[in-house]
Amino acid sequence: MSKFKKKKGGEIPAVNTAALPDIVFMLLFFFMVATVMRQNTLKIENNLPFADQVEKLDKKDLVMYIYAGKPSQNYKQFGSVARIQLNDDFASVKDIASFIAQERASKREELVPFLTTALKVDSDANMGLIGDIKQELRKVNALKINYTTKKGSVFTGQ
Amino acid sequence: MAKRAAPEVNAGSMADIAFLLLIFFLVTTTIEVDSGINRKLPPMEESEEDVIIKQKNIFTVLLNGKDQLLVEDELMELKDLRAAAKEFLDNGGDKSCDYCKGKKDPASSDNPDKAIISLKNERETSYKQYIAVQNELVAAYNDLRDARALSLYGKPFTEMEANYKDVNWPGNKDALKKKIDQIKIDYPQKLSEVQ
Repeated sequence: MSKFKKKKGGEIPAVNTAALPDIVFMLLFFFMVATVMRQNTLKIENNLPFADQVEKLDKKDLVMYIYAGKPSQNYKQFGSVARIQLNDDFASVKDIASFIAQERASKREELVPFLTTALKVDSDANMGLIGDIKQELRKVNALKINYTTKKGSVFTGQ
Repeated sequence: MAKRAAPEVNAGSMADIAFLLLIFFLVTTTIEVDSGINRKLPPMEESEEDVIIKQKNIFTVLLNGKDQLLVEDELMELKDLRAAAKEFLDNGGDKSCDYCKGKKDPASSDNPDKAIISLKNERETSYKQYIAVQNELVAAYNDLRDARALSLYGKPFTEMEANYKDVNWPGNKDALKKKIDQIKIDYPQKLSEVQ
């Protein structure tokens, strides 16, 4: 009767997933090394423009970030005109002076002259706002600025 | 009594734990963009005496509210700006600049040291266009400096600067700094913005 028994050994063996944790850990370590923790929660759209003559900002801790752009989808009640964001909240041009003073106070005194202001501005914002920011920065003598851009051609945007 | 073998720890959920951590890091971190165009703003106190600059030494770039370019009172496309700026900077009208390769047109700039690019934009100008123009003007300077550095030291200027900033670069940084400064003297970046 054994003639009619199902033949054994023809089945495909289960895939060995013992190495799966290793692969996932590898990915995990990659992301831990290559990325940094989000500093600010952006309430604005921040689609940076492209440029190809860029220089690297070398000292991360010596950079003050000023964001600008129009309020994102969740913050539509704040209008559709580009606004400034400092730290985690919307701010007006007047607040920049105190923001810079606060950032300077938090750094060691000898490092203050090396502070750079990085302007992370949405490409659709208009220059009026940037002009106001720059004027405000000149008033508090924060003259080193950096227009943060993505690396790519200005013509094609890639 | 015979020693009992310790039971094997079940590591089946290790992948789940790792996935959990991975997703946490994917959500809370960003790959930072940390490059851009460096600029220095002019200090607030205005100098008392007006410096008289000859009109021919100023290269005016106007950017209007509709993102159109007016260069030296003529409409220009963005793609032509770099070449026009280079031609102006490298003109060498007073023949004091022996490395200039320009046309030596007496109606254009005297030498790279005197040549000033003046950029004016309006409030309605888009940031994107402004950055594009800034980029092209910086590119014009970089192109000229590259050419100068190639002829002097056999290496492009941008590469020298990158080397200078690179902590792992093995060469002599003081010598490199001197070379970089020399190029910067030959082609000083004089880009002024009108408020």
